[in-house]
Amino acid sequence: MYKSDDIIVVDGLHKYFGHIEAVKGVDLRVRRGEVVIIVGPSGSGKSTVLRCINHLEVPTHGAVYIDGVHLEDKKTDINKVRAEVGMVFQQFNLFPHLTVLENVTIAQRMVRKRSREEAQEIAMEQLRHVGIPEKADAFPRQLSGGQQQRVAIARALAMNPKIMLFDEPTSALDPEMIKEVLDVMLLLAREGMTMVVVTHEMGFARAAADRVVFMDEGRVVEVATPTELFNNPQHERTKLFLSKILGH
Amino acid sequence: MSTTETKRGKDTANDAVREFPWWLLAVIAFLVVMAVVIVTQPDFNRAFMFIKGNPGSLEDLGRGGFWAFIGQGITITIAITLIAFALALLFGLLAGLGRINRHFVPRNIAIFYIEFVRGVPTLVLIFTVAYVLVPGLAGLLGIPTGSINSAVRAIVALAVIYGAFLAEIFRAGIESIPRGQMEAARSLGMTYGQAMRHIILPQAIRNTLPALGNDFIAMLKDSSLVSVLAVRDITQQARLYAGSTFRFNESYLVLTFLYLSMTLALSLLLRVLERRLGKNV
Ligand SMILES: Nc1ncnc2c1ncn2[C@@H]1O[C@H](COP(=O)(O)OP(=O)(O)OP(=O)(O)O)[C@@H](O)[C@H]1O
Ligand SMILES: [Mg+2]
Repeated sequence: MYKSDDIIVVDGLHKYFGHIEAVKGVDLRVRRGEVVIIVGPSGSGKSTVLRCINHLEVPTHGAVYIDGVHLEDKKTDINKVRAEVGMVFQQFNLFPHLTVLENVTIAQRMVRKRSREEAQEIAMEQLRHVGIPEKADAFPRQLSGGQQQRVAIARALAMNPKIMLFDEPTSALDPEMIKEVLDVMLLLAREGMTMVVVTHEMGFARAAADRVVFMDEGRVVEVATPTELFNNPQHERTKLFLSKILGH
Repeated sequence: MSTTETKRGKDTANDAVREFPWWLLAVIAFLVVMAVVIVTQPDFNRAFMFIKGNPGSLEDLGRGGFWAFIGQGITITIAITLIAFALALLFGLLAGLGRINRHFVPRNIAIFYIEFVRGVPTLVLIFTVAYVLVPGLAGLLGIPTGSINSAVRAIVALAVIYGAFLAEIFRAGIESIPRGQMEAARSLGMTYGQAMRHIILPQAIRNTLPALGNDFIAMLKDSSLVSVLAVRDITQQARLYAGSTFRFNESYLVLTFLYLSMTLALSLLLRVLERRLGKNV
């Protein structure tokens, strides 16, 4: 039914929180290796769509397919799917009682059933990937925000996911730390990782995105390449939003 | 200049007086006076030896029997408290996890248990558990009721009662952990149980340690209620001694002395532990 190169399919997604309809019918397809950026004003439903992609939120109506697997199907083993979909949060959400190395190994050992040695080897490899292997034995509270977020990325990557989701990964960071995190994300994009990123970092979007999705009030208003969307937006609402965040 | 300085000096001296734990000094003074009285006054000494439970003399320690030296009454009080608290931790953890479960069946069972216990006086619950619940359960399991001694009934009663209090402590501890922790663990593919056991509970339990310590002390005190089941803890020993000798002053002052020394020692110990843990967080 779905072409196999669409690794993420979001189909007619609606999400209610009580009486509030946060997402009002969103369709989205992401091809393998594609980098999709979601932008939009606060409260437009960006996080909710992202969180439905790994079933942290359950859609009220509609369906999400990851690599052809229907997430809302009762028979789907959601933990198996989530192991393939890494997620990076605005607030990092590192485990404060575990060292950096343990943060990056714990899920490998429990979910991927890897041996301690193998998990540690992969963890060190991913910590080198994000540029902080020397912090392996530190606790999260001893790291800067930028370092914590890079550990969070390494933690997700250590599961060898097919997809990486990012929900405003640099919004909680001091300005001087934003670049170190975006550099890691850019590296991942270049390596061919499939990524869906909610961010307002337009420089990153231009450099990394294949497509930019503009959302407003729970709907997708416009989808285009970054150049098209930023230079020649088609909808009034897109123009208004861009003029606000780009400041012209 | 100099006047303000001396004034400030006087203020800090006043602060030192105000901040000094005078209450602790008074409590310790009471304990020291009692100890001296017990050692020097034969009437108090007899009451003391009886209440802590014979045998229990220095010769017993010499023969290597620590618990014999401590005395049977104190041993029973401590043993009941320790065993009942360990069981209560288990009941409390299960009920606390049930309380926050998103499935309505375990959640309602847990709330029923917690609210039921909270709505009935402790003393009444001790009777009900010891004489109704325990025989009932024993009947279901096919154990002859007569073979269950009153100490076991007392332990079950205290564990059931404190399990409900500890459940609320565990629930609050779990709910104090930011939601992002569970979400991060689940997003990595961990099951709810794995995330709870390895991510949430280790953090939650560390937060609840002070409250658990307080409840442990409370249980030590409430263990005195099981004397109504004729368990021969120190309270029951004191009642027996007072009843047969009519030496009420000696009996109940010695009993008060015993509880106060145990709870004071425990709360000082807990403070040290908390400070040490606090450094590691
Ligand atoms: N758990 C929830 N309970 C109730 N309402 C929610 C919940 N999560 C989101 N909402 C509401 O749904 C709407 C969309 O929220 P969402 O977080 O998806 O927006 P967003 O585009 O990510 O916004 P932001 O840029 O502020 O992060 C908002 O009105 C929000 O208040
Ligand atoms: Mg959001």
